[in-house]
This record gives sequence, structure tokens and C-alpha cells, in this order.
Amino acid sequence: MSRKVIKSVTNLYDKKIERLAEVPDEKLPPLKNNKELKYIGRGISRIDGYDKVSGTAVFTFDKILKNMAHARILRCPHPHAKIRKIDITKAMNIKGVIDIITKDNTEKIDWYDGDTFIFDEHLRYQGDEIACVAAENEVIASMALKKIEVEYEILSHVTDKMTAVKEDAPKLYDWGNISPDANPAKYNRGDYEQGLKNADQIIEEEYNTQFVIHNPTEVHCSTVDWNGDHLTIWDSTQGIFAVRNSVAAALKIPQNKITVIKKYMGGGFGAKLEAGKYTVMAALLAKRIGRPVRITIDRKEMNLAVGNRPDSYQRLTVGVKNDGTLTALGMTMYGAMGAHRDGAGCQWPLRSLYKCPNVKVEEYHVAINTGRSRPFRAPGHVQGTFAFESIIDMAAEKIGMDPIEFRLKNYAEVEANWEIPWTTKLLKECYKQGAEAINWKSKRNKKAGEGKGPVKRGVGMASQIWWGTGGPPAYATVKLNRDGSVHVLSGTQDIGCGTYTILAQVAAEVLEIPVERITVSLGNTDEHPYGPSSGGSMTASSVTPAVYDGALQIKAKLMSGASALLGVREDNLVYSQGVIYSKDDKNKKKSIQEVVRETHEQILVATGARNARPQGVMLNSFGAQFAEVEVNLETGKVKVLKIVAAHDIGRTINRKLLENQFHGGIIQGIGYALLEERVIDHYTGKVLTTNLHNYKMPTIKDAPEIEVIIVSEGDDQISAIGAKGIGEPAIIPTAGAIANAVYNATGVRIRTLPITPDKILNQVYNIG
Amino acid sequence: MIRRINLTINGDKVGIDVQPSMRLLDVLREILNLTGTKEGCSIGECGACTVVINGNAVNSCLIVIGQCEGSEITTIEGLEKNGELNKLQKSFMEKGAVQCGFCTPGMIMSAYALLLKNPNPTEVEIQEAIAGNLCRCTGYKQIIEAIKSP
Repeated sequence: MSRKVIKSVTNLYDKKIERLAEVPDEKLPPLKNNKELKYIGRGISRIDGYDKVSGTAVFTFDKILKNMAHARILRCPHPHAKIRKIDITKAMNIKGVIDIITKDNTEKIDWYDGDTFIFDEHLRYQGDEIACVAAENEVIASMALKKIEVEYEILSHVTDKMTAVKEDAPKLYDWGNISPDANPAKYNRGDYEQGLKNADQIIEEEYNTQFVIHNPTEVHCSTVDWNGDHLTIWDSTQGIFAVRNSVAAALKIPQNKITVIKKYMGGGFGAKLEAGKYTVMAALLAKRIGRPVRITIDRKEMNLAVGNRPDSYQRLTVGVKNDGTLTALGMTMYGAMGAHRDGAGCQWPLRSLYKCPNVKVEEYHVAINTGRSRPFRAPGHVQGTFAFESIIDMAAEKIGMDPIEFRLKNYAEVEANWEIPWTTKLLKECYKQGAEAINWKSKRNKKAGEGKGPVKRGVGMASQIWWGTGGPPAYATVKLNRDGSVHVLSGTQDIGCGTYTILAQVAAEVLEIPVERITVSLGNTDEHPYGPSSGGSMTASSVTPAVYDGALQIKAKLMSGASALLGVREDNLVYSQGVIYSKDDKNKKKSIQEVVRETHEQILVATGARNARPQGVMLNSFGAQFAEVEVNLETGKVKVLKIVAAHDIGRTINRKLLENQFHGGIIQGIGYALLEERVIDHYTGKVLTTNLHNYKMPTIKDAPEIEVIIVSEGDDQISAIGAKGIGEPAIIPTAGAIANAVYNATGVRIRTLPITPDKILNQVYNIG
Repeated sequence: MIRRINLTINGDKVGIDVQPSMRLLDVLREILNLTGTKEGCSIGECGACTVVINGNAVNSCLIVIGQCEGSEITTIEGLEKNGELNKLQKSFMEKGAVQCGFCTPGMIMSAYALLLKNPNPTEVEIQEAIAGNLCRCTGYKQIIEAIKSP
């Protein structure tokens, strides 16, 4: 099948991303109807299950090399300081310490887009890197950290964004504390002021959301090994090529001199989408000492220095007519980036969920003296959806309309930012099926808080929109062996979501052979064709079509070979279950094994490419979640009883894995709504929640009943596979649905996350 | 001070010469190369390092090897017998109770210890048994189902 290079255009946030990519020349044949599919859509158990339940799975954390040294990082204990002097003498004298690197004995290497260096003398947050020790084991390395003597010039700090934007606040950069990229970032649609004038009701509210930490169970870690001038990196990463390219740039070595490998990984959620400073430090140390180096970040460092979801202050305004028509939406928001530049906004749910002609947004992204934020599962949409869907709930109540009816009244038929149609949008169906499953009509209190007694119940809902849907470039090589077994290779990675399994399902579907005969190999920059980073809910939607293309090419080769061997024209052949028959004479047949063998091939090889994104249309996933909660007004505790998640995610590739993704996302959403928060003492500038005792993640006792409803069959315009992506949609509406359910149960609205008992009690009893 | 510690690990008697203050977790991973046992938080909060000692589920990051003299220790690697997975392991696979898999060994060992004492636990008893095992990506329902059914 021929190829062409196209310009692939993606609308992502306000960026129009244009990439050249090689894609199939023609539209690939569609899949059969879902009911006729044998592998795609089935709840097949994950093919890496054995490795994971037997303990034999080697995660990066488990990568041990002979003669390996262990590295640990010394981090700044202060929120803002300059280094006057570092003395490593005493640390170097400890038996078992091999080497120590600091700003004094390494070259300056740019990091965070030139905001800083791998080792900077200006330390901008508690956790900023000062030195890295290589020792015979981790215990010795940790001991050495305590013996490094650092003289600091303590600088005044600011760890709260609303203080940081004041004129007299301590400044982190020459440009001040508000990012030049968002001071403010503005968006205007229609005539906002006129929209407010046209409104019968205007609702204005303030919302605050907290910082949360990704805290994947496997900490960030790398093992690195030089062989001459070639560096091999085993990294716990969501993007092997991103790591390769960043490390090559940092070390000023060609990309072909670096191999990045990742097999199994204990979660990332966005924190592992970029290369870490620690990997570069390990590579520098390994080069200096001539030994492999393993570096791990401990749980305290995880909570200080490798990313978080930005917080937000959101002032929202809604103008609405008494018939429910939205006339104006306004947002002024501040989000903290941490000590270096990164996106901290959350305007997109407001801009894209409903039809509204008049919209005005101003966003300020603020630098403060804490660890830099990183993308965290649906960046922006999680904090934005909580606030926006809360005020939409209020608007509906204000004009006496049911919240679902209100959303249907303002249903967007075309994407409002670009005024183009969607490929598919089944949000109405999500509302319908979700409402039925939660028993919306019978369980919803007509008047919020009307239930008797101190333990109140209520239901609430929120909607979701997300990008996802994937695109080129993404490639997969399919190899068919003489015995009919198959390899699928792609340079993407399985970060736990099941990529190994779904790629096998796609190859199995096309070649009509059991999944057991397929091996999938991912996560090696040398051995695999390019695959995308695992982020943005785009892995499945980008890579499965490439496997589909590759497998179709293999099938075409088999048909051609069989035609020659049987002396039957290709259009007179039929492929079924790995055997090619003559339509006229069923006895004239060749198995795929015979075709490979008799054409004197050892292995048939084809590399498939992801198709181009359709142009002139918008691609989004949609969903609605419904929460039933119980709130105890004596203790203030909220218990989530049930979440119904009804989503339009295109085609389901594996129902069992999909359930995992949704359950995990929803439970993370419950953590966001009720439990999790990075707490900072603004006076000292220190983080108080640096372990998993103080940082509260949901346990099994916080998990409610969860019902997942998929309303979509597939979206053929996206790709032949038609998957949109599910990782991020799962978490986006959870907190909004819970907050609205809490209001329905109690009659009090909590506008600041997480919804902890003190906030409930303070409002119920009108304290503070 | 190096001391000889005698243990039974996954059915094998072993004697190891080791600092008694070394964490059991480190002995398993670094000396015995049993890297199926994971480290997640280092303070006994996440349960990723759970192993079974004398029939009880414990966090191996909170135990020093000096406390283990004469103990019978089972790790995730010890559940598979003669090339066949334990029924609990099979059940985790079949019920989809595994996603990234990093918490899985600890989760299975907590469940294994529960089933040793209580072969037919209620849902509440299962919740109690794995309340100390954090999962960040899979959700918990499938894990309960897996422990219920083997």
C-alpha cells in the first residue's frame, strides 16, 4: 500500500499543531460491524497478566545491572535560596561514595526551556536539585547527602499565587511571577457584555481547586549504562522518544547514540511525559565513574519535585435567560505553575461544552516557589469542569430547570471555537442512559437538602469533553513468521493501560488468528518504529490504526503469494482464519504458514502507519457522570455510594481493560473531589504532605459502586478502528458530579476542593 | 556487624550473612534478587512491599532482617508451584484485577494471607485485608472480585 506525506493539523487547546507525517495513501477498508468482530471489542484478559501476577515483570525500578552504582539527589530544603558555597569533601570521604556532581564540577545544561539548568545556583523551590551522589548502595548515597555542606543565601519566598501576583511579592524571574505566555491569556467570542445585558439572570461565583500530586505507585527512576560512546537508558517513562531526544540534547550527543527502553511501568498520569533531570545526572555520573548507575526518586521527592496538577482560582460568570438559554460565559482565573513555566489554565470546558455565543476568558499563569507543575490526567479539564459544571448546576436551579434539561437546552451541535461539526457526538445519549442508570428522577431531591435526618442523600451530574482521538505520526511493524506466529512492534509504550493487549487484538482481528499467537513488543527507541508518547488519551487511537494498516499489508502479501502459488487470481481468493482459498475450488488452499514457507520467505514484514486526521471537522470524546452520595451532617463526611459513567469514546477495543481505566480514573477523581491535597505552610514555604500518610489517596474503602456505560459503537471518520481514547475522560467529570450531588443532598455548595468534612460542617452550621 | 540469619523463603531454607539492620525488603530485592516485591512509599502506607511471614501479611519495608530469624517467608515468587500459578494469581488475571501491575504483588500477598486464615471471606473482610494496599490506576472492584472467586 502506498504512502504519502501530509500535513496533519490538530486543534489542541489554542494551538493549531501542524505535523508532517507519512500516512496511508488511501482510506483503509473499514472494520466489520461490532457484532461480527472476533477480537476487537472483546474482554480479553491482558496478555501481560502472567508477568504481573507472578512477580516476574521487570519494571524499570527492578532493573539491576552488574557492578551498578546507586545515585541519590541532594535537594534544597528552602523554598527560595541561592547557593553561596558547596563543600563535598566530607561526603566524598565516606567509604562507598564514588562520585558527586554539582554545579561546580559539571557544565551548565539548560533545562525547563531555558528557565534553569540541571544544576542552578538559584534554587526556586523546596526540592530543587543541588548535587547528585553515586555510591555503592542507596543507604551510603543517602548518608552522603547529609554530609554535603551547602551555604545558602536565603531569599524571601512566595508559595501562594494570589500573593505572588502582587507588586511587592518576591520575584522568581526577571519577567516577574506572571508567565509572559499568560499575562493574561485572553479569549473572546461574540459580545460578552451584550450577552450579560441580554440575560435575565446573572450568576457569579468563585471556585478554588487544590494542588494534587500524580503519585504513581512506581517512583520515577532510571538505570543507565554507557558502552563506549553509546548510552542505554531504562526509564520509567511515558515517552521513550521524548526522553531520548531530551537527553541527547542535554549531553550534546547524537540521537543514534542513545537507546531508551521501557517495558513495564507502575503508572505515570502525565508526570512521566518528559525526561527528568535525574536521568541526565545518572548519565553524567555513569560516564565519569565508568559504571552503570541506577537512580531513584523517593516518595518525598515525588511529592516535591516531579510534577503536580496546578491549583486554580476561578471567578465564573454565567448569563442566562429564564427559558434556560445561555447568553454569556465569563472566566477570570489564576493558576500556579510552580517554579518554572508550564500551562496552568483550565478554560476549555467553559469554552467548548455548551452552545453560548458570548464568551470572555482571562487566565494568569503564575510562578511560585514550589515544584513545577506537569500535565496531570486531563490537564485543565479536571479543575475547569468541577467549577464550570458547578455553576451550570446553579444556573439551572436559579431558573427552576432540571440540570439535564438545562444542558440539553444549551447542547452544542457544532464546535463553538472553530464553528465546525464534530465527527460524532453522542453526549445526549450519555445523559439519557446515565440518568436512567442512576435513577435520576426518583433519587434526586426536588429541593436540595430536603431529606430527613442527619444523614442526607442526593444525586448530581457533570458532563465531559476531551481531545484524545490521536493522529499521525505513529507506526507499527507487523512480522509474520513461518509458523504463523506474529510480532507487533511499535515505539510507543504500555504505561499499564493495556497497549500490549489491544495491539495484539487488532492484529488478531485482521489476520484472523488467536491472540495467543501474537507477541507485542513496545518501548525501545532502537528496535521499534516511532510511536507516540503515552499521553492525551491518544495511544490507542494513534497506534491501533497503524497496526491495522501493517496487518492489512501482511494480508495483502499473503494473498499475492497464495495467488502465485495456487495459480488463482487474487480477486478469486478468499482469506479465512489464516487460510487462503480459491472461491471456485475450496480444495485449492494455502495456509499462511505454507505461503511464507513456499515463497521462500523467512519472515514477512510490513510497517503500518496511522491515517491522517479528517480535516474540517472536530474530534472530541464526550461523557457524563452521575454521582449518588451520602453526607453525614454530624461528621461532615461525604461517602460516594455510586458513580455512573456514560461515555462516548468511539469504539471499545477491550471491555475488560476499559473497565480498569474507568474505575481507576473515577477513583482518582474521588480522591480529587474529597481527599487529595498538597498542603503548603506558606509561612515557611514548605510542603507538609510529602508522604503517603499525609497525602491522602483513596483506598478500597473509598471506592463506590461504579457502572460504566459506553454509548458509542465507533467513529469511522477518526480511523478504521474508530477509538477516541478513555484515560482522561474517565476522571474529568467526577469531581463536578460529586460536588453537585453533595449540594443536592445537603443544600450547601462547596466551592473549594477537596470537599473535606470541615468545609461541609462550616457551611452547614454557618461558621467561618 | 554481619550476622547469619536462617530463614525459609518460598519453601527453601536459606542462611544469609547480613547486617541485621537491613530491611527485609532490601534483603529480598538486593541479596535474593526477588524483585517481585516492590517498594512504593518506604513507610508502610502503600503495601506494595507486602510479603507473608509465618502466615501474616506484613510490610517488608518496616521489618529488619534481624527480626526474621527462623521465619517462614512467602513472596509473590513463591506462589507459583511446578509451573502453575496459584489460583489467586489466576483469578487476578481473569477478573481484570491488574492494570499497571506495580501494586499487584503486594495486593496478592495481602489477599493470600487473608485466604490462609479465612478461605471464604466476606466483602467487608476483603476490604479490611487490603485496606493497606494502595492502587493508583486500576480501581478496586475487580480486585475484590478476584479475591472472592478463586
